[in-house]
Amino acid sequence: MRVYLDNGATTKTDPRVVQEMMPYFTEMYGNTASLHSFGQEAKEAVEKARGFIASFINAQPDEIVFTSGGTESDNIAIQGVARALSTKGKHIITSKIEHPAVLEVCKHLEKEGYEVTYLNVDKHGLVNLEQLEKSIRKDTILVSIMFANNEIGTIQPIKDIGEICRKHGVYFHTDAVQALGKVPVDVKEMKIDLLSGSAHKIHGPKGVGLLYVRKGVKLAPIILGGGHEQGLRSGTTNTPGIVGFAKALELSKEPNNMLELRDRIINELLKIPETILNGHPTQRLPNNVNVCFKYIEGEAILLHLDQAGIAVSTGSACSSLKLQPSHVLTAIGLPPEIAHGSIRITLSKFTTEQEVDYFINNIKRIVHNLRELSPFWKNR
Amino acid sequence: MPMYSKKVMEHFTHPRNMGKPKEYDAVGKVGNPVCGDVMYIYIKVKENRIVDIGFETMGCAAAIATSSMVTELAKGKTLEEAMKITRDDVAESLEGLPPIKMHCSNLAADGLRAAIMNYKKKREKEQDKTT
Repeated sequence: MRVYLDNGATTKTDPRVVQEMMPYFTEMYGNTASLHSFGQEAKEAVEKARGFIASFINAQPDEIVFTSGGTESDNIAIQGVARALSTKGKHIITSKIEHPAVLEVCKHLEKEGYEVTYLNVDKHGLVNLEQLEKSIRKDTILVSIMFANNEIGTIQPIKDIGEICRKHGVYFHTDAVQALGKVPVDVKEMKIDLLSGSAHKIHGPKGVGLLYVRKGVKLAPIILGGGHEQGLRSGTTNTPGIVGFAKALELSKEPNNMLELRDRIINELLKIPETILNGHPTQRLPNNVNVCFKYIEGEAILLHLDQAGIAVSTGSACSSLKLQPSHVLTAIGLPPEIAHGSIRITLSKFTTEQEVDYFINNIKRIVHNLRELSPFWKNR
Repeated sequence: MPMYSKKVMEHFTHPRNMGKPKEYDAVGKVGNPVCGDVMYIYIKVKENRIVDIGFETMGCAAAIATSSMVTELAKGKTLEEAMKITRDDVAESLEGLPPIKMHCSNLAADGLRAAIMNYKKKREKEQDKTT
């Protein structure tokens, strides 16, 4: 049996999405910038998708910029604001648990003379709204806080953050790569100025993302060329990808039982002694479980699960190239020796009860065996 | 995620000499829980020879596989022979380790040497008492 429980990394493309995309590879393959009918039928499909995606997040079609994915969207948003507003100020606020696509851009800007405040999070991974408001200065140009965390699944109080930023006249960007298509996203109600999204996390194709840019928000382009996507992302339009993205979002509205299966996994895993649930108990993504099993190490758990055909991920240092435990688990206050024993299980709408049972039986066996081997288990 | 050799995966999934032996004369403890790898190597010695050996390890696949391999290499050897087992010997017997694991998880030879040193110290103390 093969069981894929690493949907936070990427997902299976829904066959109906593939079907929707196919004609744009083989028949309607024109360049959206071309004036002939080949180009125009492709353009029509892209604009239809743009309209659907815009209404999905309560935006206007011309506020959607298609990109190559979440990382590019984050780069265009953060670097774009930094370059456009550098005369106004050079201060950016973000959190310690952002995706590297945000953190590395911020670190890069620091080298160029920008100042970045990295907000702490509490033990559940939530930012402190008071600390956020206190950190805003006259020269603050951007707040970038992720919608939902990719590792521990914690969902931030996005509307509250949006209101604080709007009140102080500071742009608010949110990386919603893990949230879009899983939890309601309303850019108007939540007062979001910039939002990053990605198709492949919700059964769409890889290589396509979006950046919502509220009308009036100033961005300096970082990718120059033919001036596609209102000059913000030059490069030939990925017609099949964009069509697939819209279809994936449409299908994300179908009912699923992720939440029920997630809670079943959490309940069963917490029956294993000395197991900690990471992230917020309720304010978390419907498909995310993240736990630490004390006295054992995550890569060993992952590889044993892989032997049983089950795919998960870990925040252990042993599986990273930097040999550092996950920056997210560190930020929520886990000591390294506990962070090493972390496992992330991320479900999808395709996950079945049978697969969940198979996983639970195997993880119980593996944790037991590795603990029998651990010098700390018997002497705890 | 590093790629492991077949031999590493074999020792990781089927570790030899695992657990604390019922009787042992000395233990060598190496590693640090903060780094994620800790090994305890237990030895039972008879007439200067390692007659039984076991290990307890918390750590990644490389840590478990190297622990298993070092116990296999050392079993039946004299203390002098066992002292000569190096980290490279362990890695080679496992058909290599990913470069990143050579330093952090390849501690088993150190653990074995620590066990032998502890055994020798214990013997010296016992001899001091009897003389």
